Amino acid sequence: MIYDTLIAPIAEHDFMRRALAATFALSFSAAPVGVFLMLRRMSLIGDALSHAILPGVAIGFLLAGMSVLAMAGGGLIAGFLITIGAGLIARATTLKEDASLAAFFLISLALGVTIVSLKGNSEDLTHFLFGSVLTIENTALLLIAGIASVSLIALTLIWRPLVLECVDPGFLRSVSRAGGAAHIAFLALMVLNLVGGFLVLGTLLAVGIMMLPAFIARFWARDLTAMIAVAVGSAALSGYAGLVLSYRAGLPAGPAIILVAGLLYLLSVAVGPVGGLVWLVLPRRHLEA
Amino acid sequence: MTSSAATALRFHNLTLGYDRHPAVHHLDGVVEQGSLTAVVGPNGAGKSTLFKAIVGALKPLAGGIERNGFTARDIAYLPQAAEIDRSFPINVYDMVAMGLWRSKGPFGDIDRKDHAAIEAALAAVGLTGFEKRSIGTLSGGQMQRMLFARLLAQDARVIVLDEPFSAIDGKTVADLMHLVRQWHWERRTVLAATHDIELVRAYFPQVLLLAREPVAWGATREVLTPENLDRARRMCEAFDEAAETCPSEAA
Repeated sequence: MIYDTLIAPIAEHDFMRRALAATFALSFSAAPVGVFLMLRRMSLIGDALSHAILPGVAIGFLLAGMSVLAMAGGGLIAGFLITIGAGLIARATTLKEDASLAAFFLISLALGVTIVSLKGNSEDLTHFLFGSVLTIENTALLLIAGIASVSLIALTLIWRPLVLECVDPGFLRSVSRAGGAAHIAFLALMVLNLVGGFLVLGTLLAVGIMMLPAFIARFWARDLTAMIAVAVGSAALSGYAGLVLSYRAGLPAGPAIILVAGLLYLLSVAVGPVGGLVWLVLPRRHLEA
Repeated sequence: MTSSAATALRFHNLTLGYDRHPAVHHLDGVVEQGSLTAVVGPNGAGKSTLFKAIVGALKPLAGGIERNGFTARDIAYLPQAAEIDRSFPINVYDMVAMGLWRSKGPFGDIDRKDHAAIEAALAAVGLTGFEKRSIGTLSGGQMQRMLFARLLAQDARVIVLDEPFSAIDGKTVADLMHLVRQWHWERRTVLAATHDIELVRAYFPQVLLLAREPVAWGATREVLTPENLDRARRMCEAFDEAAETCPSEAA
């Protein structure tokens, strides 16, 4: 019975196993990046950038059709260009970085949708925006695994300066030049993981597997390492539960994964041991008694 | 120009400022190695600006700073308003361990000797037992103690403290001042900005009285005269049209 519900969908179908492998790989790399984004108060920047990769993906699609490599490459280039461009505009003008990123992402989204519609149909567009985790092919799977490996290794390398840059940037500046390099490397990791997320969940939902697990982790852990462990765990759990749910209930897989993560988030907000709502309510009841 | 072995810092006609508006004007002079100097002056006198230039965070508009045998990054610097994100999930021990950056860098292993050094620094500031506490749970005084523990871990020859004792209770000031004096006995060069004239009279042998221009610089008793303090106040007001930025309590 349990086997039928929870394991059979994965064990008996090749496409489900690929989907699970892809979401697990993504959980290990995107969730830690999301934790750092949240701690640096950059949660919405990931959101903005995930839209910004769309025109790159669309140009890849325009040139090479449904080629994973062309689309991922286009997405990477667009992501990097827009990160750099937004950073430069923020430095050179009075516009703040979030505002200039927002401007870029609005332009990018419109541009991306326009480019896709030049060659593709609405089905292609849906595919780009919401992904197609159930039809992941080998190239895409390898690419996601590669992105996950690279970003885990890179995160290990920049860990110390990145943490310092988050908690006390002034101090890091006073002892070392590593802060700027760590920041740039981190932005590159964010773009990389958004492209990985795009391959699984599409540009609109990619940021979900990055940020929701981070928010969940905030309610369960006080320590950075524990926070990242919770984030990875809840991302993987959402991936698995979302896939099984979509198989059982006939729901689209990408949204199902993010919905499960969303449910875990709401649960954490309600009863999370670190600052969950329940702790606001409980002591009050004691006072009244 | 050559520096004698006993000089830590030498200022040549140093002018500092932001957007071409000078905040420190034509400062000349020498900070001796192993000296303990208080930098005193009204708000807006250029104390923080001078410190930023000393640690290399601000380029001089004119003139220069000569550092004798060390670079800007070898200085242990406690800024006035540290940009610390207190909600970041990091504990006291790891914060203090950051002080080892110069010797450990991004990858260096924290060995037994380093653990001992961190524990000793925590003990010296009275934070033994706080190792696992996250920094968000510390009071203002405990926070400052932790930052001093990090300065201890940095083990620097030159230490620059920008108003380290503002908004801190007397007991904490006394404990931290004890560390400053210990640095002085260890022949480290210490510069500290403060508004507490009594503290300066009690503990600091040297004073630089600053009001955008140096008013006086030398032995504490000769610098902190009522005439000099009054002059500093009036010079600051003369430069600054908004008089309320230059309150009279400030030195």
